[in-house]
Amino acid sequence: MTESTLDRPAPALADARRQNTIAKRVRATSKLLIHLTLILGGFAVLIPFFWMVSASLKPDWEIFLMPPTWIPEEPLWQNYAIVLTGNREASEGSRAGQGWSFLGFVWNTAYVTAWVMVGRLLTASLAAYGFARLRFPGRNYLFVIMLATMMVPGHVTMIPLYFIFKWLNTLDTYWPLVLPVWFGGGAFFIFLLRQFINSIPPDYDDAARIDGCSWMGVYWRIILPMIKPALGAVAIFSFMASWNDFMGPLIYISSMDKYTVAIGLHFFRNNASPSARPLWNLMMAASVVAMIPPLLLFFVAQRYYIQGIVVSGIKG
Amino acid sequence: MNTISVESQVGAVSTKRVRMGRLARREALAGYLTIAPWLLGFLLFEFGPLITSFYLSFTKFDVLTTPQWVGFKNWDKMLFNDPLVWHSVKVTAIYSVGAVSLGLVLGLGLALFLNQDVRGLSFYRTVFYTPAVVSGAAVAMMWLLLLNPEAGVINRILALVGIPGPAWLFDRQWALPAFIIMSVWGVGGGMVLYLAALQGVPSELYDAAMIDGAGALPKLWFVTLPMISPVIFFNLIMGIIGSFQVFTSAFIMTQGGPANATYFFVLGIYLNAFQFLKMGYASALAWMLAVIILLLTLVAFRSSGRWVHYEGQIR
Repeated sequence: MTESTLDRPAPALADARRQNTIAKRVRATSKLLIHLTLILGGFAVLIPFFWMVSASLKPDWEIFLMPPTWIPEEPLWQNYAIVLTGNREASEGSRAGQGWSFLGFVWNTAYVTAWVMVGRLLTASLAAYGFARLRFPGRNYLFVIMLATMMVPGHVTMIPLYFIFKWLNTLDTYWPLVLPVWFGGGAFFIFLLRQFINSIPPDYDDAARIDGCSWMGVYWRIILPMIKPALGAVAIFSFMASWNDFMGPLIYISSMDKYTVAIGLHFFRNNASPSARPLWNLMMAASVVAMIPPLLLFFVAQRYYIQGIVVSGIKG
Repeated sequence: MNTISVESQVGAVSTKRVRMGRLARREALAGYLTIAPWLLGFLLFEFGPLITSFYLSFTKFDVLTTPQWVGFKNWDKMLFNDPLVWHSVKVTAIYSVGAVSLGLVLGLGLALFLNQDVRGLSFYRTVFYTPAVVSGAAVAMMWLLLLNPEAGVINRILALVGIPGPAWLFDRQWALPAFIIMSVWGVGGGMVLYLAALQGVPSELYDAAMIDGAGALPKLWFVTLPMISPVIFFNLIMGIIGSFQVFTSAFIMTQGGPANATYFFVLGIYLNAFQFLKMGYASALAWMLAVIILLLTLVAFRSSGRWVHYEGQIR
């Protein structure tokens, strides 16, 4: 008897069950739709990269082949060798000029990036420590001024800065790219680090002070070790910003042996590869070379990186 | 000096307070030391140049000779007699509206999808965020190929479906849309922020809404969106500011062409300053940019009271 009632449930119960299965089905289809959309979106993001890498491994003619070949028939790894070394004998028909090599450009960029990063980490953390922990007259006013400078677009100060560095006789050197960063490292980074320092209990400072540590000692021995994660985020952002910087080197660097990767690419497109018939394969190989360091850093330090973005609110 | 006089006046009783003063002074000294690099940098590389730039905007300055005072001539020309300036404002504004609104809708949409507890969340997040990592010249080069009428993947795919693709960067009408498409490709940068905000919405709110019988859409409209509105607002402002400063891609890909269809505002500043060597005029343009950005930010803040919801805010 009981079995039969279970088999033939009361109408209300059956209704509920039917609704339940409908709800389940709706949920399943919406899940499927979501996944389809995400996969489609993912393809839309990745196909450009794929197309670029594919073109970088093709001979010139294959790039224009119809129908397109997604994977080059015979990958031309030498495209990368040409771009990295600037050795044009390796490719016949290349119109690229002499004296450039992306290996050199990568080195220059790494050099600038490193100096900028060190200066930013040191001086921004120092200022952040001062603003967060030390009491001095006018501190709050100065802090507000610092925040206000974030509102001013860099293009306003760009022209006078150019003349300052011209007057300092440092055009066509890395000084204009590095020196300003050693003076505070940028308001945004100071603010980011200050927020982080504020989240550390000041008891640590007090304890160190009582043990006879100087204020600079507190900075060096207490604060710096404790804000390592934030310093990591600053280092990553700093790397990305320097590596991808275009306008700075464009304005200040004029000799080819000092080019960074970004303006190296621009130079390559305009000079080595005339617009009448661009060397697409070499241009793409050079672009891949330029993208690899930031991509590598992103994949290695990813978790960390996304946390940093979320905390600070920059899109990268 | 002060301490000594105070000490002699008040005597031994208040030695403690005096010592505090000395400590405070030492702390203040340390404080000034820590911010000294920034303060110096601010004066030398920010405040000084800011004032100089303002001065230069009232001069004629061609680098070779010293700046000549010309009064409001640059400003007058810029605001009333240079159609290219307003054209570049229009180009930049159209791009800004397109890029920011699409970035908002698509970024938020993707984030909402990813927040549905989907498998492979961190994988998708990484994929969508990747374009934001590689901004700059290399991306511009890549898009030159992608948008190429013959060799580009976009027209190849369109051809597969039987649509003849436009000439994109060579076509006056399609060049600016091409830039907007490029910005959409980088939509994952905002998405990550939305996703973090969505994950921060307390689940009790959804439970409460469910008990009240709210479906998916009312939940989105009355719970999710108000709760993440500060992040939407933040992204909106940063998006507007960023889109008004497009330079690298325009400089590399089109140099403002064809027929000035992609003559972005900052490109105009750069070309005037460093190619036409009109430093005074370029300074005026830069100030115009600063004012535009300031106004847009103010407008956004003004409107924010009506639609941005801050937790714990008393109205």
